[in-house]
Amino acid sequence: MLKRAQGLAPWLLAPALMVSSYQSMAEEVERWRFNMPEGVTSVSQNVYGLHMQMFWWCVGIGVVVFGVMFFSMIFHRKSRGVKPAHFHESTALELLWTVIPVVILVLMAWPATTSLIKLYDSSDADMDVLITGYQWRWKYDYLGEDVSFFSNLSTPREQIEGLAPKGPHYLLETDEHLVVPVNKKIRFLITANDVIHAWWVPALGVKKDAIPGFIKETWTRIEEPGIYRGQCAELCGKDHGFMPIVVEAVSEEDYRAWIENKKAEAAAIRELTSKTFSFDELYARGEEVYNRSCAACHQANGEGVPGVFPSLKGVGVAVGPIDNHIDVVVNGVRGTAMQAFGAQLSEVDVAAVVTYERNAWGNNMGDMTQPIDIYNHKQGK
Amino acid sequence: MAHGPAKGLTRWLYTTNHKDIGSMYLWFSFAMFILGGIFALVIRAELFQPGLQIVEPNLFNQMTTLHGLVMVFGAVMPAFVGLANWMIPMMVGAPDMALPRMNNWSFWILPFAFTMLVSTLFMEGGAPNFGWTFYAPLSTTYAPPSVTFFIFAVHIMGASSIMGSINIIATILNMRAPGMTMMKMPLFVWTWLITAYLLIAVMPVLAGVVTMMLMDIHFGTSFFNAAGGGDPVLFQHVFWFFGHPEVYIMILPAFGIVSAIIPTFARKPLFGYSSMVYATAAIAFLSFIVWAHHMFTAGMPLAGELFFMYATMLIAVPTGVKVFNWTATMFKGSMTFETPMLFSIAFVILFTIGGFSGLMLAIAPADFQYHDTYFVVAHFHYVLVPGAIFSITAGVYYWLPKWCGKMYSEVMGKTHFWLAFIGLNLTFFPMHFSGLAGMPRRIPDYHMMFADWNMISSIGAFLFGGAQILFLYIVISTIISGKKATDKVWENPEGLEWTVPSPAPYHTFSTPPEVK
Repeated sequence: MLKRAQGLAPWLLAPALMVSSYQSMAEEVERWRFNMPEGVTSVSQNVYGLHMQMFWWCVGIGVVVFGVMFFSMIFHRKSRGVKPAHFHESTALELLWTVIPVVILVLMAWPATTSLIKLYDSSDADMDVLITGYQWRWKYDYLGEDVSFFSNLSTPREQIEGLAPKGPHYLLETDEHLVVPVNKKIRFLITANDVIHAWWVPALGVKKDAIPGFIKETWTRIEEPGIYRGQCAELCGKDHGFMPIVVEAVSEEDYRAWIENKKAEAAAIRELTSKTFSFDELYARGEEVYNRSCAACHQANGEGVPGVFPSLKGVGVAVGPIDNHIDVVVNGVRGTAMQAFGAQLSEVDVAAVVTYERNAWGNNMGDMTQPIDIYNHKQGK
Repeated sequence: MAHGPAKGLTRWLYTTNHKDIGSMYLWFSFAMFILGGIFALVIRAELFQPGLQIVEPNLFNQMTTLHGLVMVFGAVMPAFVGLANWMIPMMVGAPDMALPRMNNWSFWILPFAFTMLVSTLFMEGGAPNFGWTFYAPLSTTYAPPSVTFFIFAVHIMGASSIMGSINIIATILNMRAPGMTMMKMPLFVWTWLITAYLLIAVMPVLAGVVTMMLMDIHFGTSFFNAAGGGDPVLFQHVFWFFGHPEVYIMILPAFGIVSAIIPTFARKPLFGYSSMVYATAAIAFLSFIVWAHHMFTAGMPLAGELFFMYATMLIAVPTGVKVFNWTATMFKGSMTFETPMLFSIAFVILFTIGGFSGLMLAIAPADFQYHDTYFVVAHFHYVLVPGAIFSITAGVYYWLPKWCGKMYSEVMGKTHFWLAFIGLNLTFFPMHFSGLAGMPRRIPDYHMMFADWNMISSIGAFLFGGAQILFLYIVISTIISGKKATDKVWENPEGLEWTVPSPAPYHTFSTPPEVK
């Protein structure tokens, strides 16, 4: 398991430690990776090729320029009794080292241009997925399939705080995967709900900013089944480092089966809207929902972050009128970080979380609300 | 004519002397360098290993934001203005800056700006936490209340820079000694002249963009709010129209400094003086038409993407010319390696490495993988730390004996160089690897596959930070107890500043020198 030096002089131990922990972890996590992954799409492989080509150009130029420089530093030093030359101008040389770089740049620009043109062609897609960035989770809508869900970080808090050993996919694991079929051209329509995020999966060679109010498009065609991990790449606030992406590429049949399963799950949730829950059921479910969707800002203890995220403990909406509480959760508060959770959570989950917030942390309001109340609220009744 | 400075605190408060103001700029920028460095070390301490240990994510974001802002606006820019204040009048044979009273004002508003900026750390909701690039709407709708103080601090810094630039332009254009034609000016003067024009062109743009933020936050406009008909990407266009020339503002004066130092220690005139001037002008022009290469992933149309890719690649040409000229200056010289020369050679080599990664980043399809990763962090630290910081350090060692009349200890200077050089490479070279391996920038915690590179970076960062404390000690001990320096200081340096005694008298060139 991963064990890193805690506390005492890890500075001095670092080199030894890195070697020893390398061996114990070799089978779990790839270490000392130093280059871009080639990836599993034609785009990512193409980009990798460009990257390596640029790298070798730079190495070549570096060898020549630094070669001359080090030659001078070794052989043209005063301590060797060298008398300085006095030349200080040569139009021919200046022209030469202007023209040669221009030629090299044209050689570099040519393949970059062709691959950029290919990369920009997202026409004739087999399917569309709408990706929406939220603080701090991703939402995936399978257009035309009526399947839609949020994907949250699933690494337990204890691992982050160092109270439990870190798992092999630490910070790169989610509760829901973006499941897609292999060998299909998938168009991603990317936007955001609040601030700018960026959807990035290195193995696919796809990175696109998610910009609120605008939809940007890009595409991929994954050639190998597998699980590919990525992260948000644009600073989006406090938990920017904690909104990973997991793409699972499966065969066409597995993908269809998964879609049907998702639809059935959604139907079951809708069914629950008309059910009446007991207080304990709502409270228990609410705690789960709260920790997943609310605790990032309002904190697990409900106290928020002073000046940034309001406290729910003993003050504010959670101890005010219940209708207002439901309204804030469902519709959010314009102009603040409080999102409209009506679109993100099911009626059951909203009812549960409202019930939880009104009764947790010593709030003890003693009241509760049912999924059907939330449904009615959303319908404007 | 011999009258010295006033006594006591008022000397510094009321001074209109370019040397006093230059010294204050330099001391102020060093203080900011240490402060920005402390912020950086908080970041590196947190990233020493995976997991959250020292700071929580919100404070981490405040640290990255303040580190960037303080280093750019507090350390690098004022240091260059300080060097300009000290050296430009002496280099062109002028008695002082053209606008001495404005000079005093442009310095003295800076401490207030930074006090305001740093005080946000103690405000409710904390300091700005949206990165030094402060992309809207994270910096508007979703910002902590302290953002308003940040906006005013930026306004003050901008006013200071604009006044400083006007002063430098007025001095260079009007106060050159007889015979000092434009094409005889030292390159430091040339690069600063061009830099000053860049500043005057883009600082108002920065002021504009923060004012638009202020309007969005307090007066109900929607420049950057899509829900009100605005566009968050507009912010990026305006910001980078300022931001890219800003990058060159932080490097062009550095070109001037090493162009002074390398010929001195190679004992050979600078190769291709006029091509250096033209290359500087070309870089300045190109800096205005490449801004959107910071936004390749923002979803520009293909034509825009291609234009900015080609324009960005073109920058390699004039920058290459400069590197080739420095190399040709060293070639067949008679070199010695005193501390300023060591820093200058490290500048040329490491800046070139930063240039290489810049060229790679220019390739738009590859940038989709590099963008917003540690590869970018490695790139811009390779151009800024060896670029700006090393050149400023080289300049300080080179001119310090002229300023205070005392010689620094060469052994100490070289120790400082090697510690800084090793620390820098340990810190920033592994960032290329962690970035290519897939680590995004501005994250407080990361997967174990990035752990080893991060640990090395953190160790290097503390080494680099320690080296700067040694620098402080060297400068102070030189001023207090260094050996007497000669008037020429170096073997055969070129320039009017070496024709006056060491230390340079409080007033120099009251009668203009004759330049042949």
